[in-house]
Amino acid sequence: MLEVEGLHSFYGDAHVLHGASLTLPEGEVLALLGRNGMGKTTLIRSIMGLRPPAVRQGSIRWKGEELLGLPAHEIARRRVGIVPQGRRLFPSLTVLEHLTTLKPARATGGWTVAKAFEFFPRLAERKANRGHELSGGERQMLAIARALMTDPALLLMDEPTEGLAPVMVQQVERIVLELRRAGLTILLVEQNLYSALALADRVSILETGRVVHEAAASEAGHDHATLTRFLGVH
Amino acid sequence: MNSLNLFQLLNGLTFAALLFVVASGFTLIFGLLRIVNLAHGALYLLGGYIGYAAALATGSFLLAVLAAMASVALAGLALDQGLLRFVRGFELRQVLLTLGVAFILNDLGLLAWGGDTFTVPVPEALRGALRFAGVFYPKYRLFVLALGLVVFLLLWLLLNRTRLGALIRAGVDDAETLEAMGVNIRRIFLVTFMLGAALAGLGGVVGGAFLTLYPGADSEILVFSLAVVIIGGRGSLPGAAIGALMVGLLNSIGQVMFPELAYFVIFGPMALILAFRPLGLFGRAA
Ligand SMILES: Nc1ncnc2c1ncn2[C@@H]1O[C@H](COP(=O)(O)OP(=O)(O)OP(=O)(O)O)[C@@H](O)[C@H]1O
Ligand SMILES: [Mg+2]
Repeated sequence: MLEVEGLHSFYGDAHVLHGASLTLPEGEVLALLGRNGMGKTTLIRSIMGLRPPAVRQGSIRWKGEELLGLPAHEIARRRVGIVPQGRRLFPSLTVLEHLTTLKPARATGGWTVAKAFEFFPRLAERKANRGHELSGGERQMLAIARALMTDPALLLMDEPTEGLAPVMVQQVERIVLELRRAGLTILLVEQNLYSALALADRVSILETGRVVHEAAASEAGHDHATLTRFLGVH
Repeated sequence: MNSLNLFQLLNGLTFAALLFVVASGFTLIFGLLRIVNLAHGALYLLGGYIGYAAALATGSFLLAVLAAMASVALAGLALDQGLLRFVRGFELRQVLLTLGVAFILNDLGLLAWGGDTFTVPVPEALRGALRFAGVFYPKYRLFVLALGLVVFLLLWLLLNRTRLGALIRAGVDDAETLEAMGVNIRRIFLVTFMLGAALAGLGGVVGGAFLTLYPGADSEILVFSLAVVIIGGRGSLPGAAIGALMVGLLNSIGQVMFPELAYFVIFGPMALILAFRPLGLFGRAA
C-alpha cells in the first residue's frame, strides 16, 4: 500500500502542495486527475524523492516504510519506478542502452531486456536508434520499458499519453492494463479523463495542491457535477 | 612572416595530443558534474612533480606515470569527498572552491619543489630523434602524439562500449532521471572525477618531460584546456579532440607567424566559434 499523508511541497518559497493525501492499495491503479499546474507532477516528484520540490511536511509510506528523506536511487531500489512527464529519455543512449545500463543484458530475474523487447516489439526493431530518432509513441514505450528495468512494484506514470495520436493512446492504455494484470501497482497521472476512467480502479482529483475528491472510477464517470467543477469537463 | 614547416606542424600536433589528454579529463568532469574544475591545472602540475620524483626514485618512466595517475586520482577523491560534496548543487561555490584549491596546491608545490624548473627524465628508448620526410623529429614527441591517440581510443571505448560509459553518458544527459532509475549517481560522479584527475596527472608527467615543470605551468595548461573545452563543447570527447587539434595548431601558427599575437590567434577564433555556437562545436543544451 502507498500512503501519502498531508504532504506540503515547495519550490523555493512557492507553496505548491498543501497537505495532499492519497492511498493506493497494492495491485490497483489510481488515476490522479487535475488541471494544468495543480501539482500532479510535484506530487509524483515528491514521492520519487526528486528535488526540487522540497517536502517540508507530511509522510510517504510504501509497504509501511517511510520514503521521505531517502535519495531517489534508494527509493527506486525499494521497487518504485517512474515514467516521467515528457519521457526524459537520454539523448546519447540508444534504445538498447537505455535498458542495458539499468539491467545487464545477461541478467535473468524479473524484467529482462529480452522480456521488454517481447513486450514492446517495436523497440526491438529500433534498438540501435537513439531516442530522438523514435516516434512519439515509441519514445513513450521506451520510457515505460526503461522504468520496468528497475523491476518496480509501484509505477508512477506521469501523463504517459500526453501528446500522442489516438492510436498510440490506445496502445499505451493497453500497456497500462497489461502491467496492471502483471500485478503492478500504478499511480497514473492523466489529463485524458476517458483514459483515466477506463484504466483506473479509483480516481483522485488534485486542485491547487490538495486532493479534493476521491471516488471509484465507475462512479466518477457519472458524477458530472464534480467533473465539471474540477476538470472543466462538460 | 614565416610559413609553417613540417617541424612546426608536428609541434602543433604533439602539443594538441598533450592538450587532449589533459582536457579530456577536464571535459568529463565539466560535462557530468557541471564543475569547472579550476584546480585541474594544479592537478596536472602535481602529477608532473610526483612523476618526476617517482622517476628519479625508481628510474622507470612507466612507474612514474602510474604513480602520478594514482596519486592525482586520490587527490581527486579527497577534493570531491572532502570539499566539493559540501557545496553540491551550488555551481559558483564549486568553481570558487576549486580555484582556492588551485592556489593552495600551487603554494604547496612551491614549498615542496621550490621555483626551479624540472624535466621528467625520458626513458632511453624515447631519446633522440627520428629522421623522416627531411626533418629530424624528437622521438619522445612522436610518442606523445601516439599516446594522445591511444588515450582517445581508450576513452572512446570506455564511453561507448562499456556499461560504465553508458552510465556516464546518461548522467551527462540527465543525472536526475538516471538517479530515479535506481543508479547511485554520486558513485558515478566520483569515479568520473577520479578518472578526470588521473588524466590530468598523466598529462603532468608526459608534459613534464618536454614542456618542463615550473610554478605557473598549471595556469598555462588550464587556460589552454579551458579553450579546448569551450571550443569543443562540454562533456564531448570528440569535441575535446577537435578543440585540442585547433588550439594546438593555432598555437604553433601563432608562435611562428604572429609571435606578438600568439594568444590572440587562439582566443580570437574561439570567440568567433562561440558567437555562432555558444555551446561549442559539439555542445548540447542541458
Ligand atoms: N521547478 C519549479 N520551480 C518553481 N515552480 C514550479 C516548478 N515546477 C512546477 N512549478 C509550479 O508548481 C505548480 C504545480 O506544477 P506541476 O508541474 O506539479 O503541475 P501539474 O499538475 O503536473 O501540471 P501539468 O498538468 O501541466 O503537468 C505550478 O504552479 C508550477 O508553475
Ligand atoms: Mg505535470
